Amino acid sequence: MMEVIFLYLAVVCVVCAVLTVSLKHPVYNVMALLTMFFHVAGLYVLLNAEFLAVVQIIVYAGAILVLYLFVLMLLNLKAETRHLHRQWPFGVLVLGSVAAMIIGALQGGIFGSATGEYTAEAVRAIGDTEAIGLRLYTDYLLPFEVASLVLLVAMIGAIVLTKKGMIDDHVED
Amino acid sequence: MVPLSAYVILSAIIFFIGVVGVVTRRSIIVILLSIELMLNAVNINFVAFSHYLESITGQVFVFFTLTVAAAEVAVGLALLIAIYRNRQTVNVEELDVMKW
Repeated sequence: MMEVIFLYLAVVCVVCAVLTVSLKHPVYNVMALLTMFFHVAGLYVLLNAEFLAVVQIIVYAGAILVLYLFVLMLLNLKAETRHLHRQWPFGVLVLGSVAAMIIGALQGGIFGSATGEYTAEAVRAIGDTEAIGLRLYTDYLLPFEVASLVLLVAMIGAIVLTKKGMIDDHVED
Repeated sequence: MVPLSAYVILSAIIFFIGVVGVVTRRSIIVILLSIELMLNAVNINFVAFSHYLESITGQVFVFFTLTVAAAEVAVGLALLIAIYRNRQTVNVEELDVMKW
């Protein structure tokens, strides 16, 4: 049963990822990515990470993709007539080398079977959310605070970049 | 039981598709969406290893990836609006000068 669900989620993820990079109209790209995010959330549920599945839907689908759609509506972009970059053969060459590297790494890789303290039963006993919270607010407190700083800088940066007159506007009219 | 390698291969495939999007498409929007694809591929790997190695740390790291993704989208889309306001285009082929 797990295999069937995984196969379904994996196939939809790959198909939607291909559609995301291949469709011509930007709104369709975002919609394909939205479908993929929902199925990635399904994969998280399959891996006993219910909290992350919910966060995936709320943050990625609810916040990030809505932001994309807002900007798309704001700019009112048309479907492109020619959507590939003129240097795309060079891009495929880059992809080939990256693919060769990753496939090489996968072949040599030994996926360790080391077991930690958080077995599926242990996580289920204390709850996924609580297990993550315990780790996040003790061992990873400093990175957590740094992450909040990153978000603050991004917020200020977005305001500065989009505010009229903050950077030189050379509108050719 | 689904083996760990199945998740790793799925994540690698999605990552490749993201790289293809970044290097072959002309629209900045699709390039940003492809970066989201790659970040999601990494997240799948983190969660899969977290589950199979029975350590919760992988799931904690997904949060930091999520934070970086949110920051990247905010700044990326702000840049996109600034570029569109100045050049009336979101096509990377036409954005080939350092100063104008």
